[in-house]
Amino acid sequence: MLETNLSWNDILFLLEGTGVTLAITFWAVLGGTVLGIGLGLLRATAPWWLNAPLGAVLDVLRSVPLIIQLVLANSFKSIIGIQASPFVVACVVLSLYTCAYCTEIVRGGILAVPSTTRRAARSLGMTYGQDLANVVFPIALRVSLPSWIGLTLGVMKDTALVLWIGIIELLRASQIIVTRIQEPLFVLAVAGLIYFIIGFPISRLGARLERKWREHD
Amino acid sequence: MLDYTFHWRPALRALPEMLSGALVTLEIAVLSMILGTIAGVLLALARQSGNRLLSGFATGWIELARNTPALLQVYMAYFGLGSIGIFLDSYLSVLLGIAFNNAGYLAETFRGAMRAIPHTQVRAARSLGMGSAKAFRLIVLPQMFRIAFYPMTNQMVWAILMTSIGVIVGLDTDLTGVTQELNVRTFRTFEYFAIAAVLYYLIAKLVTVSARLMAWRLFRY
Amino acid sequence: MIEIENVRKSFGSLEILKGVSLNVEKGEVVSVIGGSGSGKSTLLMCINGLEPIQGGRIVVDGVDVHDRRTDINKLRQKIGIVFQQWNAFPHLTVLENVTLAPRKVLGIGRREAEEVAVRHLAHVGLGDKLGVFPSKLSGGQQQRMAIARALAMSPDYMLFDEVTSALDPQLVGEVLATLRMLSEEGMTMIIVTHEIRFARDVSDRVAFFREGVIHEIGPPEQVIGNPQRPETVEFLNSVL
Repeated sequence: MLETNLSWNDILFLLEGTGVTLAITFWAVLGGTVLGIGLGLLRATAPWWLNAPLGAVLDVLRSVPLIIQLVLANSFKSIIGIQASPFVVACVVLSLYTCAYCTEIVRGGILAVPSTTRRAARSLGMTYGQDLANVVFPIALRVSLPSWIGLTLGVMKDTALVLWIGIIELLRASQIIVTRIQEPLFVLAVAGLIYFIIGFPISRLGARLERKWREHD
Repeated sequence: MLDYTFHWRPALRALPEMLSGALVTLEIAVLSMILGTIAGVLLALARQSGNRLLSGFATGWIELARNTPALLQVYMAYFGLGSIGIFLDSYLSVLLGIAFNNAGYLAETFRGAMRAIPHTQVRAARSLGMGSAKAFRLIVLPQMFRIAFYPMTNQMVWAILMTSIGVIVGLDTDLTGVTQELNVRTFRTFEYFAIAAVLYYLIAKLVTVSARLMAWRLFRY
Repeated sequence: MIEIENVRKSFGSLEILKGVSLNVEKGEVVSVIGGSGSGKSTLLMCINGLEPIQGGRIVVDGVDVHDRRTDINKLRQKIGIVFQQWNAFPHLTVLENVTLAPRKVLGIGRREAEEVAVRHLAHVGLGDKLGVFPSKLSGGQQQRMAIARALAMSPDYMLFDEVTSALDPQLVGEVLATLRMLSEEGMTMIIVTHEIRFARDVSDRVAFFREGVIHEIGPPEQVIGNPQRPETVEFLNSVL
């Protein structure tokens, strides 16, 4: 057997960290997706004078490192004097970050529906709402879902960065244990394994959905 | 109103220092892309090879790179390798960690791109007397890079953003590292990091635009 | 001389060639006709070693194509092949397409390779397209470029695999004219084709392929003009 000083308490500590990682991922993806669907719909339909600035703002969120965004949000919070825990700051920043990607995914999905298909739906007597609900959304969902799953996976991995603003999530927890028992390779491998166990099935699911849906096209 | 006054002037005075940090950022990103591209091509080939050991190794690398945080990969280089007697400084750890990550993603990009090249291209090359290595180098590789160019541009932008995690393992020469140093000295956190954000944005745009110009020069067909 | 002796070739359990024998002399033009799936194209792939065979042997100028010890890349230099899908290299200009193999395989200098290439390209009527990328060419032009590309290796033999089948009807003529020109110059050729009239005009011999064997072979006046086997008659009636 492998000789290690990793105790059950440490493993519990890692699992607690995993809980924090999952919680932040959950809120970020939830917030980002709700916002992203709204903004995605807007971006697919809005006139250019609204669309262009909105797109530019989202582009900024995608072009600035997350860690900078976290620090900025954290210090901005103190400047305007809001009482919010780092956890809340992390969730908000990651939500906006997720939203920036999700918006483009939703927009891409909607724009992928050919206008001829929509015209066909309307010609059958469907209302605008019925067309959206029965034709546009199902098709857009198929286009978007694999990318959205990929996004979720990405956000899960990106949550590791919140350790910089003092949150003890999975990676920070493992780092703390490393400092104590001095077995970096082993402890980090365990942390990696946990990320992998969460992430791998999700990425497989995404790949499978993509393959399956492509076959039907 | 706010009882905080912004001090932009001293922050702007630090601009030359930050710009030299931006150069280091760009340097790490470029080097990590070069290493990642070389490793990525080899991984894509290994994964497709009939050899179980090779393809298993490649699959392991690719899945690890894609399914664990980049920061963990950098940690592995910085803390983890110490366990087996390899001690890397923060610069090398960041460079190798990101190169490892790039390689995993690029390998999949390259694999897809190679699949998109008709097999008849290789056949035509072979019929002209080229060996398989020559056919790969002269016919497959150039076409692969064209197909993969846009995803590679994205990966380059990601690599730039990823370098910012270097500060977590103590890198103090790249843009984020320099910014953090200034922050620790002055505590004008918001101002310095806001300028850093603008610089990152500009670098990302610069890379995207120059990639587009490059594509225009390179791929006239 | 190309000697094909009792060649067998299968893909999995499907036997495509069931014992094909054929000798092609220097300077001879042999056309191969027959329905699709009869194995005509597969035979060409086997002749320059692009496909392995399961039985028999193919000998080109005394060298066994499928012998392990044969330097296949060397052998392929003297057997040019042109495919149905012309397979232009899209990332290279017309001139580069033609000079690539002479430079990288034969090791000829750039200037000399370009001289040769320009000559061949002018010969197939593409002298004014040197710096153009294949995507800007018509199918017929790309196919003529592919012919020039094969010729630039100065092959002793040329194999043509249904080179007009993927072309628009209006472009077929220009490619056939190129083949005719080559035959008049004495090039040894095996031409797999659906163009029966062309085969009759240009060939020394015509081979009719059916179900993986050569069903009938002889001078065109016989095989096409006065076929001896009922299956040949049936096939010719179906395509003419």
